[in-house]
Amino acid sequence: MIGGLFIYNHKGEVLISRVYRDDIGRNAVDAFRVNVIHARQQVRSPVSNIARTSFFHVKRSNIWLAAVTKQNVNATMVFEFLYKMCDVMAAYFGKISEENVKNNFVLIYELLDEILDFGYPQNSETGALKTFITQQGIKSQHHSKEEQSQITSQVTGQIGWRREGIKYRRNELFLDVLESVNLLMSPQGQVLSAHVSGRVVMKSYLSGMPECKFGMNDKIVIDKQGKTGSTEDGAKSGKQSIAIDDCTFHQCVRLSKFDSERSISFIPPDGDYELMRYRTTKDIILPFRVIPLVREVGRTKLEVKVVIKSNFKSSLLAQKIEVRIPTPLNTSGVQLICMKGKAKYKASENAIVWKVKRMAGMKESQISAEIELLPTNDKKKWARPPISMNFEVPFAPSGLKVRYLKVFEPKLNYSDHDVIKWVRYIGRSGIYETRC
Amino acid sequence: MMCDFLFSLVCTGEIFELKAELNSDKKEKKKEAVKKVIASMTVGKDVSALFPDVVNCMQTDNLELKKLVYLYLMNYAKSQPDMAIMAVNTFVKDCEDPNPLIRALAVRTMGCIRVDKITEYLCEPLRKCLKDEDPYVRKTAAVCVAKLHDINAQLVEDQGFLDTLKDLISDSNPMVVANAVAALSEIAESHPNSNLLDLNPQTINKLLTALNECTEWGQIFILDCLANYTPRDDRESQSICERVTPRLSHANSAVVLSAVKVLMKFMEMLPKDLDYYGTLLKKLAPPLVTLLSAEPELQYVALRNINLIVQRRPEILKHEMKVFFVKYNDPIYVKLEKLDIMIRLASQANIAQVLAELKEYATEVDVDFVRKAVRAIGRCAIKVEQSAERCVSTLLDLIQTKVNYVVQEAIVVIKDIFRKYPNKYESVIATLCENLDSLDEPEARAAMIWIVGEYAERIDNADELLESFLEGFHDESTQVQLQLLTAIVKLFLKKPTETQELVQQVLSLATQDSDNPDLRDRGYIYWRLLSTDPVAAKEVVLAEKPLISEETDLIEPTLLEELICHIGTLASVYHKPPSAFVEGSRGVQHKRLPGSSAAGVSEAPPAVIPSQGDLLGDLLNLDLTPPTTTGPPPPASSGMQMGAMDLLGGGLDSLVGLLNTVLSEAVSLRSSFNVPVSGGLDDLFDLGGGVGMPMGVFNPPKTVWLPAMKAKGLEISGTFVRRAGVIQMEMTLTNKAMSVMTDFAIQFNRNSFGLAPAGPLQVLTPLSPNQSIEAALPLSTVGPVMKMEPLNNLQVAVKNNIDVFYFSCQYPISMLFAEDGKMERQVFLATWKDIPNDNESQFQIKDCHLNSDAASNKLQGSNIFTIAKRTVEGQDMLYQSMKLTNGIWVLAELRVQAGNPNYTVSTVLVVLAVFKSYFSNTNQNE
Repeated sequence: MIGGLFIYNHKGEVLISRVYRDDIGRNAVDAFRVNVIHARQQVRSPVSNIARTSFFHVKRSNIWLAAVTKQNVNATMVFEFLYKMCDVMAAYFGKISEENVKNNFVLIYELLDEILDFGYPQNSETGALKTFITQQGIKSQHHSKEEQSQITSQVTGQIGWRREGIKYRRNELFLDVLESVNLLMSPQGQVLSAHVSGRVVMKSYLSGMPECKFGMNDKIVIDKQGKTGSTEDGAKSGKQSIAIDDCTFHQCVRLSKFDSERSISFIPPDGDYELMRYRTTKDIILPFRVIPLVREVGRTKLEVKVVIKSNFKSSLLAQKIEVRIPTPLNTSGVQLICMKGKAKYKASENAIVWKVKRMAGMKESQISAEIELLPTNDKKKWARPPISMNFEVPFAPSGLKVRYLKVFEPKLNYSDHDVIKWVRYIGRSGIYETRC
Repeated sequence: MMCDFLFSLVCTGEIFELKAELNSDKKEKKKEAVKKVIASMTVGKDVSALFPDVVNCMQTDNLELKKLVYLYLMNYAKSQPDMAIMAVNTFVKDCEDPNPLIRALAVRTMGCIRVDKITEYLCEPLRKCLKDEDPYVRKTAAVCVAKLHDINAQLVEDQGFLDTLKDLISDSNPMVVANAVAALSEIAESHPNSNLLDLNPQTINKLLTALNECTEWGQIFILDCLANYTPRDDRESQSICERVTPRLSHANSAVVLSAVKVLMKFMEMLPKDLDYYGTLLKKLAPPLVTLLSAEPELQYVALRNINLIVQRRPEILKHEMKVFFVKYNDPIYVKLEKLDIMIRLASQANIAQVLAELKEYATEVDVDFVRKAVRAIGRCAIKVEQSAERCVSTLLDLIQTKVNYVVQEAIVVIKDIFRKYPNKYESVIATLCENLDSLDEPEARAAMIWIVGEYAERIDNADELLESFLEGFHDESTQVQLQLLTAIVKLFLKKPTETQELVQQVLSLATQDSDNPDLRDRGYIYWRLLSTDPVAAKEVVLAEKPLISEETDLIEPTLLEELICHIGTLASVYHKPPSAFVEGSRGVQHKRLPGSSAAGVSEAPPAVIPSQGDLLGDLLNLDLTPPTTTGPPPPASSGMQMGAMDLLGGGLDSLVGLLNTVLSEAVSLRSSFNVPVSGGLDDLFDLGGGVGMPMGVFNPPKTVWLPAMKAKGLEISGTFVRRAGVIQMEMTLTNKAMSVMTDFAIQFNRNSFGLAPAGPLQVLTPLSPNQSIEAALPLSTVGPVMKMEPLNNLQVAVKNNIDVFYFSCQYPISMLFAEDGKMERQVFLATWKDIPNDNESQFQIKDCHLNSDAASNKLQGSNIFTIAKRTVEGQDMLYQSMKLTNGIWVLAELRVQAGNPNYTVSTVLVVLAVFKSYFSNTNQNE
């Protein structure tokens, strides 16, 4: 199991050091600094073995988190734990920066004592932790006996992510479907690979211990219903359903129920959380098509023309559109003409960046550039990195639709209808590239 | 900044001021002082001098302050054991506190204080906490048992904590169950043979129930524990799989991978025609693909694991090639791993896509990645025959880019392609030759030279090309020098007329001007071959080469099986068994997949790689023994194992050994030698071929007894010698593992002549990696006796800090000939006559060119004494005696006819084989 956990600043100075196991000596702290943080070359692996000690590290801005062990630990678990540790710290004091870590070092030690015991991760849900690890240490003294046992039963219980007795005057639910659409397209417009990775992010402000049920246009569910319901109905809804390749859920979701009935039911944590992640590869709506045209005119000039076409309902608007066209290293000058938005050649980034604030569906726009090159002796040809694109669209490129989100709380007197629900779809570009 | 102030203040080390503050009456001031102490502890300052003052702050009802003091205690208690006792009272008191959080805190901290004197006081509070009414306290106490076990294992056993821990598996609270499982698994790891984690269908059921209810971390502990269970039959296996599969949708990648581990393992037990088997295979792919959208560090771990899964069960991901395509922004470690998996998944169906991708990668920036991409193209060509042509043309395109390292890498892989598909793509040689000048890496130069030499007859200016390399011969690396030497010899054999000068030049460079023994040796061999028999030289040098194998980089199957059992762990990241990087006893247990294909211990086929000795024996047999003789039987591995059992259970057997008197011994010896063509003995002596000293006991050279791959990196080679009447086992122990080896010990199984170590194995210093050490072990012949097959077989167990290893070796019988083996003439005469005829056997030794005196001298060196000599009809008759260490006498008559190289030996008792082989040795020497 994890033998120790260290946090360093960018210079390699130790901010936090907590050793859990006897086999980890003080020199382990230095070994990591010398061999990884101060290493001359780029770090080639997130796991390093130095003198028979294994180090796992992740970086958040310029802070290094390193877990150390001498045993054959579950490596996936260690990384998951490090991310979780970052989440917990962020939930307590915001951004993980040197200043914040230093200011909260007592709190961090307290957290580390609680969520890692002898190197075994324990309950690390911030909802539960915040009930008894507070920055005012004295507070826990005032818990009554009932409160104390409530805390402990929550920390160890089946619903470790939610405490009882939450009350809201207004029961509200926010549901965001956030998708990132990834594309790799050949210069000829052939889709080499495309997938959507999506997340359903919720914010729930609900009283009591509500039981929720979430439904979407999952092909498997719709087809099943289509069979039992009228054929006409099935065919109609079948068109709108999507095939989900795979999905993973927050630990509040009852997995065995999903496995057997494919229904998503859960008691939600309070506040922000990510309910599910999913991935689709079939019938993706590609919001933009990029058509590149690169012509080499002699050895010192390049002509580039890029056309973007928006491919969605004309009533919708895409925002924050940015096209990045890489240029050769020996570029000496660039002339740009674009119909819409602003374009700029950024020499430091070796790219032309073309920004368009808004663009409606079923439109097209184009940019042309003349790139002058310095003559070089460099034998190596220009690698022609792909043209990449960023954007945001108000729909889900996977075609996912939320069908329902039901809330039941039998003990309190509010019903599903009393809950105010907000649903929003945002599609963003992931790695959206077209080779040229 | 207040805290920056904290951090800087302690750096000045104002211990005195801190002391005053710690003893202050004001609570706030005290707390701030403790904070400062902790801050300086973090940056590595020694604040142990404040121990009593800090401990004094422990008696507080401020939980935050208490936690800080505990933190300090955990750090310094070990260095101040006497003072740490001061804290015991508070712990004991806190364990009775009405607040469960304080009880848990106390029991959690107690276990982290590694002071022997304290641990005794912990037992009572711990026992109470294990049965506490509050689950939070129980789950903390469960982990505390593991802590205590780490400090004092015996205490934990004596106090019966293990049983209490086992009871907790049935606890009503899932988190208590999970922590108990984690603690038990850890303790069980250090007791490989204990049945601590007694997994049976009932406990498994409990674990599976808890699995649905506990935290994500608890699920990991439980799944990792489940993976150690072996289901009774395929039905149980299936029902567990069914209950584990929902975990594949968990958001925590570790839960997913641990579930994959359980499924991969239990799948081995399912019949392949079962519908469920197919369903399961289909269910595994999506979650594995999803892991690739996790954070890069997790992707890396996932990819290393997928690499293993793809090797074990390629069918799972065969349609998922695209997800392994490299993204422009992937970190380099993810890119390299993806590339590896792409090659593994490449098949005829997807090769076009893969090649297009690889070509794209070959133009990227990172040099390592580009190189690997080029190499991957070559591997595709070798793996998918249909694609070879396209791969070669892609490589040629890449060579045209003239990017130095791309060209070099391409040439190295093209060489491999030539070796896989000879006489197919030679048309590209011209293009390769154009780039000769740009090659500056040894591997690429060597590859190019190999190509020129191999296809010398088709390259018009091959001699010029090779000559150009020759100029700077001494500056080249060995690899290039060796290749150049061979290439020029090949060229000469193909075009003898024009290249005589060249070949002479290279031979003299290699043999006279070089101080590299390998190069010199190779040079001499070629030289001699060419000067004595050019036809033979042609046959040797230009022999047809075996085709290179398709998958040279697959992980060895037994290792792969073990790694599959470790999915998700560090072992799967390093692709090494845990024993390679974990110290001590933990993780040394080898895990195996269940199922028929990989059953049990006797899995490694015996003698896959013939040891050097066997080979030598075979070679010498060719002309010395009758044609019916086959090679020596490979050491039977099953026998080895049985022997090992005996070794351990010895003791009583010494009695039996005593009863085995000389008489019965003699009979048994005889019987064993009457077995027709008993290969074992004679071959044994053959080992010494060519090395035996003309005078004195001949000592066979060392042979490898225990190959490193069978013994976790420990290689033992050795031989037996007799020096001044003492038999010695001389061994070279080589550490080929990554870790230091210590604590060597040796033991023999009972054997035919009662050989036993006369003292302990003297390996005093720890053996660091890649180090060798010589050890001489004097042997006595008074150990317990048991007849072995072959007679001179010796089974040995060697122990070190890693494991116990068994091997068997054979010792030369001549080693057992005693110095006092010269019989009185009268006694000899009488004995010779008295021995019944059927105790006699005859044997001819052929082609021995010694005269009788020389032979007699030679034999005396090995304690074979000539008692008398007489000459009858031009035949010399030598009468000889020898005495074995167990008191058996062997008498022999050796007939030597002058001019006739064939000797006839009549031996009484058993010596026939000994003689025969002894002479074969002397024979070789002449």
